Order: sequence, then C-alpha cells, then structure tokens
Amino acid sequence: MFKFSNLSYKNQRIAIIFLFSLVPIVLLLTFAYYPVINMFRYSFTSWNGLSKNMEYIGFENYKTIFTNPEYFSVFKVSLYYFFTTFIQMGLALYFATILSFSVRMKNTFKGILFFPTLLNGVAIGFIFLFFFKPDGTLDTILNLLGLSGLQQKWLLNPNLINFSLAGASLWRYMGMNFLIFLGAISSIGKDVYEASDIDGANRWHQFIHIIMPSIKRILQLNLILAISGAIGVFEIPYVMTGGSNGSSTFVIQTVDVAFKYSKVGLASAMAVVLLGIVLLVTILQRVLIKEEK
Amino acid sequence: MHSVKYTTASIFKYLTLILGALAALIPIAVVFFASLKTGSEYASTGPLTLPENWLNFSNYTKAFVDGKMLLGFKNTVIIVVISIVGATLTGSMMAYILSRFKFKGSTILISLFLVATLIPAVTTQVATFQIINHLGLFNTRWAPIVMYLGTDIIAVYIFMQFLDSISESLDESAMLDGASYWTIYWRIILPLLKPAIVTVVIVKGVNIYNDFYTPFLYMPKADLQTISTALFKFKGPYGSQWEVICAAIMIAIIPTLVVFTALQKYIYNGFSQGSVK
Repeated sequence: MFKFSNLSYKNQRIAIIFLFSLVPIVLLLTFAYYPVINMFRYSFTSWNGLSKNMEYIGFENYKTIFTNPEYFSVFKVSLYYFFTTFIQMGLALYFATILSFSVRMKNTFKGILFFPTLLNGVAIGFIFLFFFKPDGTLDTILNLLGLSGLQQKWLLNPNLINFSLAGASLWRYMGMNFLIFLGAISSIGKDVYEASDIDGANRWHQFIHIIMPSIKRILQLNLILAISGAIGVFEIPYVMTGGSNGSSTFVIQTVDVAFKYSKVGLASAMAVVLLGIVLLVTILQRVLIKEEK
Repeated sequence: MHSVKYTTASIFKYLTLILGALAALIPIAVVFFASLKTGSEYASTGPLTLPENWLNFSNYTKAFVDGKMLLGFKNTVIIVVISIVGATLTGSMMAYILSRFKFKGSTILISLFLVATLIPAVTTQVATFQIINHLGLFNTRWAPIVMYLGTDIIAVYIFMQFLDSISESLDESAMLDGASYWTIYWRIILPLLKPAIVTVVIVKGVNIYNDFYTPFLYMPKADLQTISTALFKFKGPYGSQWEVICAAIMIAIIPTLVVFTALQKYIYNGFSQGSVK
C-alpha cells in the first residue's frame, strides 16, 4: 500500500508543495484573476448576462460612462466619503495617541471606541436610520442641548444626505483606524520616550518627533485604503436610502445596472473604470513613497 | 493625601474620551431602549427615554419568529464554520511551504496573492457572478463559501510571522524520528500555530458574519437568508414598527458583543499583528 512517509524527503517536498498550494491557487485564479479578464471582455460587449451570444460593440460602453453625467456623478458622492476619512483618521490618531499613555480605564475606552467597527453593516444602517429620522436620536439630543434650531431633515435634504451618510460611515470605521494606529504606536520602544523625557520633550514634541515619523507608513497605507474605501461604499447608503436623493454610490449603481437593468456589459465597463482609478491611485502612492526615501 | 492635580490638558483628555465613548455608545443604546418598549410606549416617548419595563422581550420574540432569525443564524453558522476551517487550513498550508521550503516559484506565488489583494473585490463582482452562475453555485450556500475560502494574504502573513518564531530544529528532530513532512505540518506545526489560528478565526469570522453584499447577491433564496439578509428584510414591512426592528438589530448584534467581550485581548493582538510589520 502507498504510504506518504515512504517517499524520500526530496519527493515528499515536491508532493507537499504541489498539494498544499493547489487549492489556494485554483481559488485565486478562479475568483481573483479570471473575473478580471472576463470583466475586460464583457466591457466591450452589450451582453445582458443571459443570452448565449455577446455582441462586440467596441468602446461604446466607455463612451456612455464618460459622456453621461448620470453615470459619472457617483464619483462626486465618493468625495464626501473620501474627505470624511481625514476627519476619521484625525480622530483615530488623537484617541490612539492619548490611549497609548497612562489613562484611567484605558481598556474600557479602547473597547468602546473599537466596538462599532465589529458590528454588522446592515445593523449599522438601521441604527443610523433611527439616529437621523425626524424626532430620532440626533434631533432629540439637539433639543436637549437647546439647539433645536439645528434640527434638519437629515436624510431627505439632498444637500445634507451625503454628509449624514458619510458621518455614519465615520462612526463605523473610526475604530479600525484607531486600532491600527494603536498597534503602530505601541511598537515604539519605551526607551525612546524615556530618552526624550530626559531631554525635556513634552507630549506634543513626542507626538511630532517620535510618533508621527514612526507611523508614517501606516498613515500612507490608510490613505490608499481611504480612496478604495470611498469608492467601494455600499452597505450604509444601500440600507439607509437605497441610493435615493443623490446618495447612490459607484457600487450601488454597478449592482443596479448589472442586475436590475441586466446591462452586464455596461456594468463591467464601469467596473473597469473603477479598477483603473484604484490602481492608478495605488501606483501613484507607491511612487511618491519611494521618492521620499 | 488628595494632591491629584488636574491640569487643563488632562481635563481636556478625559472630556474628549468621554465624548468619544458617548458618541460610540448612544446610537446603540437608544436602539436597545426602543427594543424594550411596547408599541404605544415607543410612540409616546422620545428615543432617550428609558423603557418602563426592562424585561419586556415581546419585541424580541416577534422579531425572532417573524424574521425567521433562527434560520438566519443556522445559515450563517454553517457558512462561517466551513469557510473558516477551510481558510485556516489552506492559509496555514501556504504559509508552511512558503516559510519552510525555498523553491523557485515561491516569490511568484507570494506576489500573485499580493497583487490579488490590490484588485478590490467589489469591482469584479459582476464577472464573478457569471462564474458562480456557470459553476451552478448560484443560490446555494457554496457560493459564499468558495468565495470566503480563498486564501487572503493577511492570513498567510500572520501564519508566516508565527512560523518564523517556531524553530526549524523542531522539524529536523522530527525528521530524525522519521516523520514525514505531512506529519510535521499536522502534528507539530498546526498545534503550535494555535494563537495565530485564533487571530485568523476572529478576523475572518467577524468579516463573514457581518458581510451583506455576498449573501444578498448570491443567495437571494428565502431559505438561505443569513443574519445580514434576514435583518435587511425588516426594511419595508416593519417600517412603522421601529420597536420590532430595534429588537432585530439587537439580535444581530448580541453575538458580536459576546464574542468581543470574551476575546477582547486576542482581537487587539490579532489586528495589530497583521497590520504593523
């Protein structure tokens, strides 16, 4: 009978490298690379996703996207989320810094600030629907603070809706940035702070000269994630508004175009444009980081 | 002996921490309050008013039964368990061969996985849908499972980092005893990877439990609803019964809260390990 352990170690090596990488590679090719190739192929057709034959129509889909303001306006919505991430990262960095030094109930605060990030996206959508609805949580708090004049139709006013949704997104993802910064800051050796204490540095000096330089890479990484995150927004606006009142994002629109209106060709072209933007930003970012060294 | 000096800086520090904590908690707390109110109580009180009876669980029963939440939990658990077991095995196997054997394709392999993470999954969803459809997996539990199973680079990195700390002389002494590479992986490496496995299980588990996009798109069949899609269904029919929706939200959140409290320490270590180095 065949026994694996009877093979020589050299043959075992070959067998195990092959066997252990087979499943991951097959999955990777099927669900990461093959779809990309197909997506490019579909993007030049008017395929509806069902019929047997695909009609090749050249760059027609791309022309539609770039000449039709209806398709391009979703990128404007991404900007709200993109700029909100700067506030989000600022807050995360602030909380991570003060919680890296001695604070009472440190772990409780860490836990509370991080917890929202772990919650179900649909649940968060509902929680903020409740938060922003007329006479909901926000209006009640404003009332309590004597600021009832500020009460708004947070989700019905087209000028406000994306600020409200981006705010919910900030609430959701701040904890993740916070945790990443916390990890980065905690990897700085204690002796560095001690040395700077002796030199008479205060907390602000320590932040600028010790913490900031050592988490620069993480900050840059977060910037890349912010861009792709801003373009990939889906759950919160989809659950809360379904994309109405000008709150539709790129992903909501792609899903609608592909699955509601059966325009797989056009949706693929949209996805190619999206992928192009994300890759461009990523490459640009890499070049900039390299130049600084 | 009370000579504690509160400088303005430390007052500011605690004030902002408390404000931050309130901002994180209030949106959830009000949902919890509403979930314990009766219909008429909900209509007549504001969101910040505490419920009259803290043990009024009728909304929970209603949400649980009408929303078929049990079915959602069942499907979610099946998908989470199979995906996580698979992903842990494939991830640790990849990490094992990449860290222990130096072979020709190893750098190519690692860059293949790295480049794949650069492609945002949302962009290729339309094309992926066609593949799932062709494989006959649409509207089956296997659709999300095969997609979650894929080895992600973060898991491989976490495992590789741990493998570096496991001495290779351990492998060598096992080989002197005549152990095969398979035995070394299965009997020695895998048990020693336990802390890394916990990390990967938490990170992946949270993501899969909370994912809405994948089950929503690939398993629209009512029998296959997960917690996320079950919750989403409350939109519309229950539009006027917020107290029931709030109970459904809490039902979806409670498992997360329990896991979080139990595994807090691993969660901090896990996330920071994967991202810092």
